[in-house]
Amino acid sequence: MLQVASPDPMVPQVMRIVTRRKDAPDVFTLRLEPEGDDLPAFAPGQFNMLTAFGVGESAISVSGDPAKGDGIVHTIRTVGAVSRALAGLRKGDTLGLRGPFGVGWPMEALEGKDVVLLAGGIGLAPLRPVIYRLLAERDRFGEVAILYGTRSPGDILYLRELESWRRRLDIDLLVTVDHAADDWHGHVGVVTTLLPRVAFDPENTVALLCGPEIMMRFGVQALGNAGVPDEAIYVSMERNMKCAIGLCGHCQFSPVFICKDGPVFRYDRIRYHLALKEL
Amino acid sequence: MDTGREQAVLTVDGVDALFAALRDQGYRVVGPTLRDQAIVYDDISGAADLPRGWTDEQDGGHYRLTRRDDDALFGYVVGPHSWKQFLHPPRQRLWSARREDGGTEVTAEVTPPGRFAFIGVRACELNAIAIQDRVFLGGPFADPHYQARREDAFFVAVNCGQAGGTCFCASMKTGPKVEAGFDLALTEILDDGGSRFLVEIGSDAGRDVLVSLPKTAATEQDRSVASEIVARTTRSMGREMPDGDIRELLLANLEHSRWDDVAERCLTCGNCTMVCPTCFCTTVEDASDLAGVETSRERRWDSCFTMDFSYIHGGSVRTSARSRYRQWMTHKLATWIDQFGSSGCVGCGRCITWCPVGIDITEEVRAIRGGG
Amino acid sequence: MAVEGLERIVREHPFFAGLDESFLELVVGCARNVRFEAGKYLFREGGPADQLYLVREGRVALEIAAPGAGAITFQTVAEGDIVGVSWLFPPYRWQYDAHALERVRAIAMDATCLRNKCDADPGLGYDVMKRLVPILYQRLQATRLQVLDVYGKPAA
Repeated sequence: MLQVASPDPMVPQVMRIVTRRKDAPDVFTLRLEPEGDDLPAFAPGQFNMLTAFGVGESAISVSGDPAKGDGIVHTIRTVGAVSRALAGLRKGDTLGLRGPFGVGWPMEALEGKDVVLLAGGIGLAPLRPVIYRLLAERDRFGEVAILYGTRSPGDILYLRELESWRRRLDIDLLVTVDHAADDWHGHVGVVTTLLPRVAFDPENTVALLCGPEIMMRFGVQALGNAGVPDEAIYVSMERNMKCAIGLCGHCQFSPVFICKDGPVFRYDRIRYHLALKEL
Repeated sequence: MDTGREQAVLTVDGVDALFAALRDQGYRVVGPTLRDQAIVYDDISGAADLPRGWTDEQDGGHYRLTRRDDDALFGYVVGPHSWKQFLHPPRQRLWSARREDGGTEVTAEVTPPGRFAFIGVRACELNAIAIQDRVFLGGPFADPHYQARREDAFFVAVNCGQAGGTCFCASMKTGPKVEAGFDLALTEILDDGGSRFLVEIGSDAGRDVLVSLPKTAATEQDRSVASEIVARTTRSMGREMPDGDIRELLLANLEHSRWDDVAERCLTCGNCTMVCPTCFCTTVEDASDLAGVETSRERRWDSCFTMDFSYIHGGSVRTSARSRYRQWMTHKLATWIDQFGSSGCVGCGRCITWCPVGIDITEEVRAIRGGG
Repeated sequence: MAVEGLERIVREHPFFAGLDESFLELVVGCARNVRFEAGKYLFREGGPADQLYLVREGRVALEIAAPGAGAITFQTVAEGDIVGVSWLFPPYRWQYDAHALERVRAIAMDATCLRNKCDADPGLGYDVMKRLVPILYQRLQATRLQVLDVYGKPAA
């Protein structure tokens, strides 16, 4: 009855920072390569637990290209002690990694469908692996719309990549910010206001949302108003996590564990609980 | 008591010989003993270490030891400890790391096999261990530390000869009769001659140990007396969990006003989670030497009653006592079923006894159900 | 431009979608075509709010100037949207700047004309209000989200 747990899922493997790039005032991207062990394969939407040795561990989504085997890429926002410690690391430094964990985006459900990605703030990072896949296998999907909202023009992640994607004629990519100075000529307003500006057939669409919970709740509403049913909407959830493997109890969201049953959930399966406070 | 299992009868000396035999086989013998005015679980060297002639008086927020008028070895129910402190200890180092020559070396903490022989394990506790087995070993990732401690454990169970004031295992269908998961099960029979024990064999390991012990054959009368003891215990439960689909009841009442009511009383101290034999939540803590060369991570018990438990960047998800009590109780009695296939409650009553304000989980369910 | 052409473009603008033919006739009488080159202002804060703009093409930034921060854009609107609601109620003054980010073509409805027709025909007035209020509500809701600063740095 007892199964062997090997290797120990709570022990991190050592990774070395190959590149470090600053994306925004409080956001940076690390590319990591393993010391010795093989590179862990991952699916879009999965996350790793990153350890700043001596400080602690934090759950961070993978933001790189799953098809590119050149390391594991994480885009990190400095919000707490661990991310601040990770922010202090430089090229050549080591950190710990456990993962990948969790259930990611439903890539197979996107095939043949129009795809709407609704990203808010740092929520663009967990969706970037999806974008790579959509672009690499463009003919397997219908219309593709990428709608990205963030705080201000200076907070826009992956600016150069977004510009190159926007030049493509086979996708819609719109960026909006909450407020801007007058040197910004793009959209200003909440991300949901972009929905009417892109083409998709609501009855044949799958929408993926990632961002602050409030933004996702309103995003789901706007998609619903546009005719996209809850069953075709997926959201990526976030809760406190200590183990990422369903053993520490922290990330419970009523019946589910965000770490192992999610972080990506089909909206209709959690909408009841999302509406309750302090659950 | 006819269970279809092999049975025999041991004297008090026979029980003593059982502990010695287990120790000879390399087991670490752990059982109930008296300390700090409570019956706790610790290493014991013989039957003399058991709380002979003592019993416990339990009620909401109340625990007191009193003398029995006999010399029963197991004449009490469960105390503040549970076996989880041995199988899932309060602190567990997970790994240590050393930074040198620009690299980092991580060394996993390896837990040696526990080789525990647990003495006096009650039916509710065997059920609690089975529940933690499903948590720690039943999913895609197993906890190697729990696994090492759990693997060769030997269980000497006891059928409770009396129910405590906060016991409700009968209504949870987790006792008082031990049904599975033991190597040997004892029923203490008290009469003018003192204590003797009807022993039931639950495993090959149990039979192997019993073979060497001085014992007599179980008579029909022994069986029927033992049977009556368990039946009497069943009838004298101090508490009762209401009937019906409790999962359904609680999940349909996540905004019930009773949560506000219980929040008025709950101190969010987390005692219930510490004494609960199935509560398994943990947090981790990293440590570092001053130079940041030697670092390590330790896991320790955590409680869903703390604010930190649900902290995500910027704040806690569950800030109110209402939401934290609701999380604990709905997890224990409802969502546990979704997660692990059974209720997380075994009716041991510890959360009622050790709650400083005597909050009674069965009473809270009754209040939400309404009526009776 | 011929009235016939104007009637068609008013009818085609989402703001007046499905408008009763008799009402359409009334509002077209208040409409004219306008065009703003990139960088020009449709109106400025404090100016008389005498128009309702129905944007047909191009993007307009709604801005509020703040000392030291220059002009802060709080919303951009585009094709199919409307610009300006201050014409609806006294004191009929614009509350912000409307700045053409690119060449903007729009239908300008004369506010006095429209108000008078709405006053004269409450049926039309109610219909126009039913078109305006949801837009105002959506903008209020969007403003709430912006005020919440959901992408902002959480308090440590």
